[in-house]
Amino acid sequence: MSEPIVRFQEVSKSYDGRSLVVAGLDLDVVAGEFLTLLGPSGSGKTTTLMMLAGFELPTSGTIRLDGRDITALPPHRRGIGVVFQNYALFPHMTVAENVAYPLRVRNVPAAETAARVAKALGLVRLAAFGDRRPAQLSGGQQQRVALARALIFEPPLILLDEPLGALDKQLREDMQMELKQIHEALGVTMIYVTHDQSEALTMSDRVAVFNDGRIQQLASAYELYERPVNPFVARFVGENNQLAGEVVACEGDTARIRLGGGVTILANAVDRLSPGDAADVSLRPERIRLAHGDGEARDNLVAGAVDKLVYLGESTRLFVSTPGGPTIVAKVQNEEAALDVARGRPVQLAFRAADARAFRVERPA
Amino acid sequence: MTSLALDPPTGPHPLERAVRRSERRRRLVALLLMAPSVLFAVAVFAVPIGLFLFRAIENDGIPQRLPRTTAAVQAWDGGDLPSAAAFDALADEILALKGTPELAQLGRRLNYVVPGYRSLMMGTARRLDAAQVATLDAEATRARLIEADERWADPAFWMPLKQQSGPLTTFYLETALDFERTPSGELVSVPAERAIFIDLFVRTFQTGLATTVLCLLIGFPVAAVMARASGSLANLMLALVLIPFWTSLLVRTTAWVILLQNEGLVNKTLLFLGLVDQPLQLVFNRFGVYVAMVHVLLPYMILPLYSVMKGVSADHLRAASSLGAKPFMAFRTVYLPLVMPGVAAGSALVFVLAIGFYVTPALVGGASDQMIGYFIAYFTNTSVNWGLASALGAILLGLIALIYLVLGWAIGLDRLKVR
Ligand SMILES: Nc1ncnc2c1ncn2[C@@H]1O[C@H](COP(=O)(O)OP(=O)(O)OP(=O)(O)O)[C@@H](O)[C@H]1O
Ligand SMILES: [Mg+2]
Repeated sequence: MSEPIVRFQEVSKSYDGRSLVVAGLDLDVVAGEFLTLLGPSGSGKTTTLMMLAGFELPTSGTIRLDGRDITALPPHRRGIGVVFQNYALFPHMTVAENVAYPLRVRNVPAAETAARVAKALGLVRLAAFGDRRPAQLSGGQQQRVALARALIFEPPLILLDEPLGALDKQLREDMQMELKQIHEALGVTMIYVTHDQSEALTMSDRVAVFNDGRIQQLASAYELYERPVNPFVARFVGENNQLAGEVVACEGDTARIRLGGGVTILANAVDRLSPGDAADVSLRPERIRLAHGDGEARDNLVAGAVDKLVYLGESTRLFVSTPGGPTIVAKVQNEEAALDVARGRPVQLAFRAADARAFRVERPA
Repeated sequence: MTSLALDPPTGPHPLERAVRRSERRRRLVALLLMAPSVLFAVAVFAVPIGLFLFRAIENDGIPQRLPRTTAAVQAWDGGDLPSAAAFDALADEILALKGTPELAQLGRRLNYVVPGYRSLMMGTARRLDAAQVATLDAEATRARLIEADERWADPAFWMPLKQQSGPLTTFYLETALDFERTPSGELVSVPAERAIFIDLFVRTFQTGLATTVLCLLIGFPVAAVMARASGSLANLMLALVLIPFWTSLLVRTTAWVILLQNEGLVNKTLLFLGLVDQPLQLVFNRFGVYVAMVHVLLPYMILPLYSVMKGVSADHLRAASSLGAKPFMAFRTVYLPLVMPGVAAGSALVFVLAIGFYVTPALVGGASDQMIGYFIAYFTNTSVNWGLASALGAILLGLIALIYLVLGWAIGLDRLKVR
């Protein structure tokens, strides 16, 4: 791996002197990657970004850009492009003047400015809108102007704080595509903040999941979804059954776990587990199938009865209660569910041990 | 509903009519709700001010009291003396007014134009005898009048009767701009030693402008800090700004006199600290006027600025600096243009209020610091020359309107409004 473009070292931030909003953050950002900071509201994503942009001073720790300590450098000397959630376009300037602003403050000659503005507006497909005022544009167009303005001075690093937060679903998806294309075409490093996990998964090279001011997991979308390292990530990314149980036996990385009511399953032990430990098992609903007695080899077979059905179009969500044990949610493709699942009917849930991930938890006795 | 939409386009569309009908009701209700305030404003504000301003051009008294004379004087070319018929008419009309208060009023009115006219009228009336004049023919009447007061042989005393014989007059407006008429009716500037009003206007505008600039320089940073301050602190600062509003103008102004006078707290302190060894003259001069006026008017600058600055998102400045603008550059190219409406509104407000100031300069200023308001009050109350008072008021109003229009044209009228 090459030298990281951004390096957070032991960075902490507190606003009130009592609680840490960002706690001991260590993060390396690889040049050219698309990194997403994902996390629930108040988890410190914006604060992290603002410290990198230079609008907030870390309480402790250092931030490096290209190996240089920039912890206390004022924002205008960092050369980092920032796209704000509310766009922050200058209302008293036209679109072209907005986009030209970074060149204007750098005293770039007029002819060159005009050429570069035209190119930047072309890149975001707004070439015909240069003379408009920001107020005369739609939300998506304003967002693209903000992007063009952050790109035009060719910063090596662009920070985007929930840039699509105010857009409707369709526009969001179009803009996600466009952002990815621009990222690939220009090869800039982008750090992207969102609390929308599907956005994070589809766009990013890597995702850093934040909670309580700490990174819970930093990994690719695939890793995050398939191999969450703790219950928080498992819960936060994608849909999950969170089943509380107790370890009965452990063998290598496979553990036998009793969920209560006599339901015992085989699970993949993520943490080191020993008999008697309390454990949480996360199990994705779409990894559960209905067994039809076709003799297929399954690690786990759990009997239960359908409590509730939610029709989702391409699939159906089944709430299956196990006798004395937990209610398990399964999401089955409709070709299968259409067979003859109905409320009250007994079913057999089948899933692989590898798809049931067991974490050790501290549970008050 | 479709039948409505598909109707052929003959006359107003039924839907359109329905919309208009429902709108009409709403408009009517709105008008009714506004009626009391509109009537009040018209009755106690617009009408009296309109009537008072009309006095600036109303030729009250001369043609009404001397109808025949002013008619007869029209034929006169302004050269030598009017015809004997004019003398005859004047004698008759003076005698008709003799013993009534109207004669004194007429004399005072003419005295504005030519000093001494009042005594001329009163003296002439006293010396003429009705019975005797009735026996005289026109030529003899002329001789009798000149005998009664030889000033009647001076064309200068006839001039106003010729020039101001219409129902309207520009005399007050001319006077208020330091112009006068030569005996032949030409408009010329009055000699420098008698000119007061142009200087007065210049001084008024200078004081207003200086006060505005000072208020802006002092108020801008205050408003900016207030707009950035958080909840309770901002409320406290707002209260501090508003406290002067709750105190009488007169009290605040006299307080400055007490503070700034030779034995006042400021001079005492300066003397005590040894910074000066003579009390400084801080009041009854221009300095005192500025201090008191800036103090009185500062809230009018701060409040519009604050309300505009409050609406400027911190993200705009952050965006500017992230795009590479140094702090001053970001201030000049982003913050200042965004708060310009506040600057314009606050400045317009302070300027207009400042040039109308009367009490404060009267109390803390010297004789040479008085502004237009002082003279309007003087001509209204003391010398009872309402024509000149309203001419001064009208010119002031006109100049303010002109400034507004020019400003509005230069930076957009909607920016001048106070939000
Ligand atoms: N200027 C500030 N002063 C005091 N506290 C702040 C300030 N900015 C943020 N905080 C607090 O810091 C915590 C983290 O805020 P931050 O804005 O970083 O969250 P976030 O992850 O971006 O959340 P969201 O998804 O809602 O934007 C929050 O609890 C917030 O209340
Ligand atoms: Mg945020």
